[in-house]
Amino acid sequence: MIKARVTVTLKNGVLDPQGKAIEGALGTLGFSGVGHVRQGKVFDIELESADRAKAEAELKAMCDKLLANTVIENYSVELA
Amino acid sequence: MKSAVILLPGLNRDRDMIAALTKIGGTAPLTVWQTDTEIPDVDLIVIPGGFSYGDYLRCGAIAARMPVMRAVAEKAAKGVTVMGVCNGFQILLEAGLLPGALMRNASLKFVCREVKLEIANAETRFTSRYEKGQVIRCPIAHHDGNYFADEATLARIEGEGQVAFRYGEGTNPNGSLNDIAGIVNAEGNVLGMMPHPENLIEDAHGGTDGRALFEAALGRAA
Repeated sequence: MIKARVTVTLKNGVLDPQGKAIEGALGTLGFSGVGHVRQGKVFDIELESADRAKAEAELKAMCDKLLANTVIENYSVELA
Repeated sequence: MKSAVILLPGLNRDRDMIAALTKIGGTAPLTVWQTDTEIPDVDLIVIPGGFSYGDYLRCGAIAARMPVMRAVAEKAAKGVTVMGVCNGFQILLEAGLLPGALMRNASLKFVCREVKLEIANAETRFTSRYEKGQVIRCPIAHHDGNYFADEATLARIEGEGQVAFRYGEGTNPNGSLNDIAGIVNAEGNVLGMMPHPENLIEDAHGGTDGRALFEAALGRAA
């Protein structure tokens, strides 16, 4: 079995109001010197396959078809 | 004039939409469940608002991958009139039937109130009973109505007259680029909009500004 982690982040230039709010809250908590905060998503996915190349290709297809909205998001795939 | 309303778990504006279509179209719309793979021959297909699949992953993302949406895409490709309101708009974007994306409101707040809507293009099959530049009243109720598209896409839809509705000047409730409230596809037969015209169609609603949209969409299709 292969364990994978997919990370989805907003593309540069896409406004992230949630990241902005978190940035503000960190400042309120006294964490000074915090630059920009961008919020993203992490998916931990288990695949039955043992073929790493195939698994990676499949994970990318999953990102393109569902996990990420490529209009506004980038993704990266990492195999454990 | 036959219409159909797409039903998905988590939608909650379906009854309002069915009531509006029944009232204006004269007959009750058919309802089509998310797992149905075929949609009967109708003149207008509507995806109503709500919170399909609890807005999990992204608003409309799961709904857009349900079997019925393949059937909607096939009908749209054949030129059938399709409209999505609120979550329906989000679903049409996620399904790739309209360009761009809807993001969390810039204020991060759920906004439920009435807005002024300007008719940006009165030559679509949805807006033909309005005048260009006319300002109508319309209710909104959403958390993710902040329209985004990359520069090239935005320039294209603006240039092609695909922006059907804009929020009235200075009243943009969600941060949408160019105050965009509703767009049509390049072919002009698919409309997505965040405001709820189905909630302003009879005097009991306090106004009838939304009526002309349904009259146009149903009339043209007849």
